[in-house]
Amino acid sequence: MRWGIGRNRYRIAPGLYAVGVPNDQSPVLVSANYKMSFDLLRRSLAGLDAWLLVIDTKGINVWCAAGKGTFGTREIVQRVGHCELDRLVSHRTLIVPQLGAPGVAVHRVKHDCGFSVVYGPVRAMDLKVFLAAGMKATEAMRRVGFSTLDRLVLTPVELTGMIKSILGAALLLFIVGGIGPGWFSLTAAWDRGTVALGCLLTGIMVGAVGVPVLLPWIPGRAFSIKGAMFGLLVSLLMLAGIETDSSLPENMALLLALPAVSSYCAMNFTGSTTFTSPSGVEKEMRRAIPAQLAALLMAGIFWIGAAF
Amino acid sequence: MKELRYLENVTTLELNIDTCIGCGMCLNVCPHAVFVLHGNKAAIMDRNRCMECGACAGNCPVDALAVKAGVGCASAIIHGWLTGKEPSCDCGGGADCC
Repeated sequence: MRWGIGRNRYRIAPGLYAVGVPNDQSPVLVSANYKMSFDLLRRSLAGLDAWLLVIDTKGINVWCAAGKGTFGTREIVQRVGHCELDRLVSHRTLIVPQLGAPGVAVHRVKHDCGFSVVYGPVRAMDLKVFLAAGMKATEAMRRVGFSTLDRLVLTPVELTGMIKSILGAALLLFIVGGIGPGWFSLTAAWDRGTVALGCLLTGIMVGAVGVPVLLPWIPGRAFSIKGAMFGLLVSLLMLAGIETDSSLPENMALLLALPAVSSYCAMNFTGSTTFTSPSGVEKEMRRAIPAQLAALLMAGIFWIGAAF
Repeated sequence: MKELRYLENVTTLELNIDTCIGCGMCLNVCPHAVFVLHGNKAAIMDRNRCMECGACAGNCPVDALAVKAGVGCASAIIHGWLTGKEPSCDCGGGADCC
């Protein structure tokens, strides 16, 4: 699942579900129809009696869906009406996960269906304490973190998402790698292409796995800079550590291309983080993308030039 | 554990202190503790923590908060540049997700 394979089918039917043996006094918790979210919620409530109101977010988690509006006021109001929740429970309170808040307007839900929204904790594991405390969340329950483990589990899906681009780039590298004094050489295409592909994959691993995992310890704020710095370090280590017969232009190509690739991949990880703002990402990209493209272009010139 | 911070002075978050009624809803929904309550008014304590999720603005009953919320994925922003539309992930449409 974490690789993103078959994820788009990983959803459950929207509607009303029961945990334990709920009655008309039991709390109602709202969730997305992403199976991973739903299972986690159910597990966190084990031993309690509660209703789960699952709304249709197209199988997307609460936070992403709230950002896009599929987890929102309209869907909640519709689902409350559809399930005739007002006849099922005697209270008029919905517990909505706090991360659903970007899509929900408490005052509009109240106005449209009569139910008051109480925002629950960020993490489902805090729900029992939250409920026991009379639906009060502590300050810590309201904060979003981003631990090393949180970041690590996100990296496989970064890689799966890039498979098409990687295949395309690999093909291009083998074609360009064959260009040489004799116009085109299959041997050169294979030899130079595999080396270049190795560098590409290293750059991707550095940017899409290395930077996310080591995020707090790599200096800088902009992800593109973190990626470029880490990539430069790795390419320098490669040059220092491996005894090769590579020429100066080839080394230059490596020093330019690998950081450019890792910079781009690291920048892409901003979409998975819990703390980057769209305005910041856009600002960073306006500067980073021209630099990345220029570095790749120069690397290409050095690399092709090295064949002659 | 060191707190992760992103670029400074980029957020579009604005609080209109005159309209604010001090209900504290923004403190409830903010995932990064950007707000504090000073007496009967909210205040922005650390604006550079803001990730522009839009939760505070959407849940403010008196529209005292404004923020340009949006999708922060690089690929979505590139897609937005190329198509001239607002950045949007392809999530939900069957394609891969951010």
